[in-house]
Amino acid sequence: MGTESFKMLHFIFKRVLQSLLVLLVTGAIAFSMFTFVGDPVENMLGQERTMEDVERLRSQLGLDKSVPVQYFRFLTEAVQGNFGVSYRQGRQVSVILMERAPATLELAALSALFAVALGIVLGVFTAIRRDGFAANFIMSTSLIGVSLPTFLIGILLIYLFSVTLGWLPSFGRGDVVHIGSWTTGFLTESGLKALILPSITLGLYQMTLIMRLVRSEMLEVLRQDYIRFARARGLSDRVINFRHALKNTMVPVITVIGLQLGAIIAFAIITETVFQWPGLGLLFINAIQFVDIPIMAAYLMMISVMFVVINLFVDILYAFIDPRLRTAAK
Amino acid sequence: MTDQPNAAQSSLPPAAPSQLRRAMDSDLFYAFRRSPVAMVSAMGAALLILSSVLAPFIAPTNPFDPASLNLMNGFTPPMTPNAFTGESFLLGTDDQGRDVFSTILYGMRISLFVGFSAVLFAVVLGIFLGLLAGYFGGWIDSLIMRIADVQLTFPSILVAMLIFGVAKGITPIEHRDQMAIWVLILAIGLSDWVQFARVVRGATLVEKNKDYVSAARLIGRRPSAIMMRHILPNILSPVLVIATISLALAIIAEATLSFLGVGAPPTQPSLGTLIRVGQGYLFSGEWWILFFPACTLLALALSVNMLGDWLRDALNPRLK
Repeated sequence: MGTESFKMLHFIFKRVLQSLLVLLVTGAIAFSMFTFVGDPVENMLGQERTMEDVERLRSQLGLDKSVPVQYFRFLTEAVQGNFGVSYRQGRQVSVILMERAPATLELAALSALFAVALGIVLGVFTAIRRDGFAANFIMSTSLIGVSLPTFLIGILLIYLFSVTLGWLPSFGRGDVVHIGSWTTGFLTESGLKALILPSITLGLYQMTLIMRLVRSEMLEVLRQDYIRFARARGLSDRVINFRHALKNTMVPVITVIGLQLGAIIAFAIITETVFQWPGLGLLFINAIQFVDIPIMAAYLMMISVMFVVINLFVDILYAFIDPRLRTAAK
Repeated sequence: MTDQPNAAQSSLPPAAPSQLRRAMDSDLFYAFRRSPVAMVSAMGAALLILSSVLAPFIAPTNPFDPASLNLMNGFTPPMTPNAFTGESFLLGTDDQGRDVFSTILYGMRISLFVGFSAVLFAVVLGIFLGLLAGYFGGWIDSLIMRIADVQLTFPSILVAMLIFGVAKGITPIEHRDQMAIWVLILAIGLSDWVQFARVVRGATLVEKNKDYVSAARLIGRRPSAIMMRHILPNILSPVLVIATISLALAIIAEATLSFLGVGAPPTQPSLGTLIRVGQGYLFSGEWWILFFPACTLLALALSVNMLGDWLRDALNPRLK
């Protein structure tokens, strides 16, 4: 038992170190973006500029200092969530990020909910009615759904539900309600309507993934002896399928859901552009188009912290559940 | 994935490379002739690739030659004569009167060029770093594989976007449009090398302990010659499979980036750029500007993808 928990500690220690390394590397990348890409002064001032303007802005941004000094400054500021001033908007990056975050988080939350709920339901359904027409139909459509690029799915949905039927809006968040610094679309009718198409677009891929996983895990579990015994005891199908079988498929499903959370935030970039959703992804794409380095760097740091934390959490959780991974882990 | 080809090679009798090559080719060809999916997708891919290569000869007009454009032809629906000029176009025209069929052919050229070049770049980089890591081991191995691990933490499309943004920042503003295609190749290629490096490293670790490598080392061949001339030919089949599937993904990645406005510029539109342009006319009823490029992209990605899937199964000895 002693060696067992020591191994566990060793594993966690190694994974935390690895995560810190990833963060250090992305931090260095973000800093070099600041330092070596383009001339921010050139970007911020227009054609009509005087030398005094240039000098004033250089010292304001700290660009007249040496590289190590700038690096140290960057690190200390980044830890406090301060990423400087956007070249394009001339405002604090942290303020802009805070403004945009609610839109992305609400969208991501709803698509995750959609993906998990529908994915599990359809997965169980296709596993139980394995040879039925409906199950086969769902499985083959899901294949097409996976090979369609996200942005085409979004356009297709817009064409169907906005252009042809006119039921749902094709862009924006609708009316939002301000609660402190948070803005929410959950409280108005137009806000809720605006959420539907983007969440489906964003969650569809994860939904198919979860559905296929639940299906194959269910098929695996339903073949086992304890299910046969449960049947012999005369338990109802509902109890067997949901109480006994589904529960045992949850470990890999939870892992995949955890890992896909990060992917949802990243792929929100595409969905947000299709639907002109005023979130972090659209902000990032616009930052790339206009080479707005502070926003790109801040987004990179933010998303890497998120990915690293999620990966670390899932790995450690998994190691607790499955002891084989502790020794096999590299 | 890494252990499949090795299993194939160890089960084959030791034969001269040319015979082994020929045997594999014929096996593959036999499987190919018996699979309708493979035949259809190969024919589809070949047709699309050929028509984009021969675009200057097939396309009715050169959409990027301003002299051949007539703004009066703008928004002509497919197969219908234009109200002003009476000209008719197979797939209609866009806002500037460009023939959609021609822009698709030329756009597919750019999509395929970027896709092929990006995968080629990723393959070369991945093979190079994978061979180094697998053959030498030690700190070189750790360094390369840690970089790969860091990169794998992020989705490759995000990596490609970042590289594109940074590269765009480095290029001077007046060259940005001309350089965009090369920046795109660099971005997609760099976002994709990791899987090749991993597979090549794994296969190299197995191969380098075999007798023929020891023999080559004994007669004094240089490490670079052993890696390139002896090990590399023996580990190419998994690379080929991943490269085919990567090509489909690279085409979609390119289309996605161009659609998002961080890829091919409007002066050199790829299929993704065409879809981006077409999306603007979705509400005004000019559906063909969007619909046909989107269908072409789908057909291209699907046929290459299915070919890759089939190739993976056909080269996998465990499924035979």
